[in-house]
Amino acid sequence: MSASQGTVPAHIESTPGAERVVPLRHPWTWAASVLVLLIACGVAYSVATNPGFQWPVVAQYMFDRQILLGLSRTLELTAAAMFMGLVLGTGLAVMRLSANLLLSSISWLYIWFFRSVPVLVQLIFWYNFGALYPDITVSVPFGPVLYSASTNAVITPLTAALAGLGLAQAAYTAEVIRAGIVSVPLGQTRAAKALGMRPATIFVRIVFPQAMRVIIPPVGNEVISMVKSTSLVSVIALADLLYTAQLIYARTYETIPLLIVASAWYLIIVSLLSAGQHYLERHYRHHT
Amino acid sequence: MTEPMVRIRGLRKRYGGREVLSGIDLDVAAGSVMCIIGPSGSGKSTLLSCINHLERIDGGRLWVGGELVGYREQNGRLYELPERQVARMRQKVGMVFQQFNLFPHMTALRNVMEAPIRVRGVTAARARQRAMELLDRVGLASKHARFPAQLSGGEQQRVAIARALAMEPQLMLFDEPTSALDPELVGEVLAAMKDLARSGMTMIVVTHELAFAREVGDELTFMDAGLVVERGHPRAVLAAPQEPRTKEFLSRVL
Repeated sequence: MSASQGTVPAHIESTPGAERVVPLRHPWTWAASVLVLLIACGVAYSVATNPGFQWPVVAQYMFDRQILLGLSRTLELTAAAMFMGLVLGTGLAVMRLSANLLLSSISWLYIWFFRSVPVLVQLIFWYNFGALYPDITVSVPFGPVLYSASTNAVITPLTAALAGLGLAQAAYTAEVIRAGIVSVPLGQTRAAKALGMRPATIFVRIVFPQAMRVIIPPVGNEVISMVKSTSLVSVIALADLLYTAQLIYARTYETIPLLIVASAWYLIIVSLLSAGQHYLERHYRHHT
Repeated sequence: MTEPMVRIRGLRKRYGGREVLSGIDLDVAAGSVMCIIGPSGSGKSTLLSCINHLERIDGGRLWVGGELVGYREQNGRLYELPERQVARMRQKVGMVFQQFNLFPHMTALRNVMEAPIRVRGVTAARARQRAMELLDRVGLASKHARFPAQLSGGEQQRVAIARALAMEPQLMLFDEPTSALDPELVGEVLAAMKDLARSGMTMIVVTHELAFAREVGDELTFMDAGLVVERGHPRAVLAAPQEPRTKEFLSRVL
């Protein structure tokens, strides 16, 4: 502010609409953008032209029957393990929130254990369960035997994979669901009770739908992370997407192109799931 | 003398080591409006929550419509009832909360329809028709499709009143229904409550609205430190309080 204070400079007054507002320039942002673009072009060129990538081989195996079978196995495993995680996790969350000290402690212990041991270790452990208990027996305590079988017959790679992935997932999901339930204000339960609703109705109609808003985003992430975690089952020789690719390249030595095929499918699945998650979140982000 | 709608004898309630209700005796006649006033922390909201067993009691007896609330008495001892039986009793007692507590994931209409459908097994079509009548009664029929977050505080509270009425209760409990409202929205909620009182509903209203108590109340109870200190006709108590604590409280709020 100087001598012109209080008066409007003549050139602005005389040409209305001609004022210019000059935003701050960011020359370094531009320079960085150009640099990043150049690097990206270089990488793309190299990927396209390096014969080591063997793109024709990638194209050949992309829709290979064996690969597609592995892909469907990966999807099945993701769905089954996630389902197990959600059902068990809901139970664990309810137990964790129980006023009963024994129930909440058991739930805490479970979550502590299954979150602390790496899933890879758990998978190998379940796969070798037969070494610990050669036979699995279901019986009335001190009474008749209802069911008995060799552990190696029951724990196939598939059941070991399901146990390893599902039980660990339950521990993570339990915490997510618990946080969701806790996030619903107590007044909601009080209002529902005051209307004469029973506990089960209150949970299903009032608390759970509101908890979903908090639960959906992290569970979506867990599903995406599960798609990739299933690749761990290749260590117990379960023919998922990755292990199928490995089986093929062990025979043909086309390692890189087959890893690219597997990666491409993981990319596609995760992209589809991310889109789905976006819509689900929008659905539950009700008018608040 | 006919059985009162609410009968309370020697009611005690503790939170941890602190006693918040120290032996309350109170009768509320059917069709009357009882207003309860008192300083914050006097136990009036807790008393209300005991009447529909949202809070357990630690002593005394409490009847609604002649039925013992929340407990079964056997050999002089009280055994708490399972939640589903308590839920059946709560159907005949409507409650309106200070913070409205509407279900945010449902429209105004759905808020009002939900309990009749889920609790009483009313068909959706009938529940909808009745809900529209009730929303119309509180002046909100045109806003039935809105979600709670799209309504003003006063509108939310009127939906909450309609929601409670949808269960056709014999008794309505109001827990400081206008305390969370902006001053210009208080009138519309009080008007809905007056309308309800005129229709003959038995009401217990915890409130700071002394004008409402004077105009609509049949009886006024002043509570302090977990006890009923004074009760009587609202005009009499407000104009000429007998107890020193009542006088002191009224001198501070009037």
